[in-house]
Amino acid sequence: MIRMVQSAQGKSTLLALAAGALFGAGLAVSGMTQPAKVLGFLDVGGRWDASLLFVMFGAIGVHYWAYRIIVGWRSPWFAQHFGLPTRHDIDARLCLGAVLFGVGWGLGGFCPGPAFVALAAGGTGVSVFVAAMLFGMWMAQPLLGVKSTGAKQALLSQQAPYP
Amino acid sequence: MHDFTPWSALIGGAMIGLAASLLLVGAGRVAGVSGIFAAALFGERDERPWRLAFLGGLCAVGLACAWLFPGVVSASPRPVYLLAVAGLFVGFGTQMGEGCTSGHGVCGVSRLSGRSLVATALFVASGVVTATLVRLLGVGQ
Repeated sequence: MIRMVQSAQGKSTLLALAAGALFGAGLAVSGMTQPAKVLGFLDVGGRWDASLLFVMFGAIGVHYWAYRIIVGWRSPWFAQHFGLPTRHDIDARLCLGAVLFGVGWGLGGFCPGPAFVALAAGGTGVSVFVAAMLFGMWMAQPLLGVKSTGAKQALLSQQAPYP
Repeated sequence: MHDFTPWSALIGGAMIGLAASLLLVGAGRVAGVSGIFAAALFGERDERPWRLAFLGGLCAVGLACAWLFPGVVSASPRPVYLLAVAGLFVGFGTQMGEGCTSGHGVCGVSRLSGRSLVATALFVASGVVTATLVRLLGVGQ
């Protein structure tokens, strides 16, 4: 156990656990773990709830600056290099994929982050949602030739720091 | 109906931004939940531990909320059959578009990535149209 924590992989795993918990706590504090509140933003009729916009302001306000500072560093704390997306082309696949995701988001009021928080809290609806999401991702693998490598094998250190 | 809560939204949002920054500074990775989940299932084996740990962190908050603050996490008002369709769209769409609200919306927009700015504008637009239509058509009421 101690050896695991001392290794770089062990450290980045523990750090990811902390980051996930902080991310989830942020979702809970901001009210984004209540799908009705998300739908209150997406449904523009009636009593519109702009809270989601303020969640994005808060998140981007912090991460915009943090990214600009962090990305100038040689490497992250517990990894060899930064793994950030490098593509700049805007193709039909990106656009259609985003539109399809938005349809799902507007139908249920769940996006993946809040869905995992809600899944652990329990409930039939969210369990069905996550199972269907998993199936949708699984279907996408062969159909799209998606390679879910997460980071796109990019070594940001070899690139200009700003996109 | 829910009330507008700008302060808790800003504070919670800042925590989300901080969490994304923590993952970047520590592991050098983008905090995109759909990508982390899909890659934990279908991606490289040696990258699995940190991805599962991140998802575990999200789930830990759900457990803690269910125990300590019931009401903070609530069920979707939409019927189960609609949530099944929603899940399919979210799963397929995030793989096709390579990101969701966190990966494109928070991390990508913060990097001023052109792809993420376009994706975010599109999924917010289609989300608005869909959610508004569902109410107007009375689907699942």
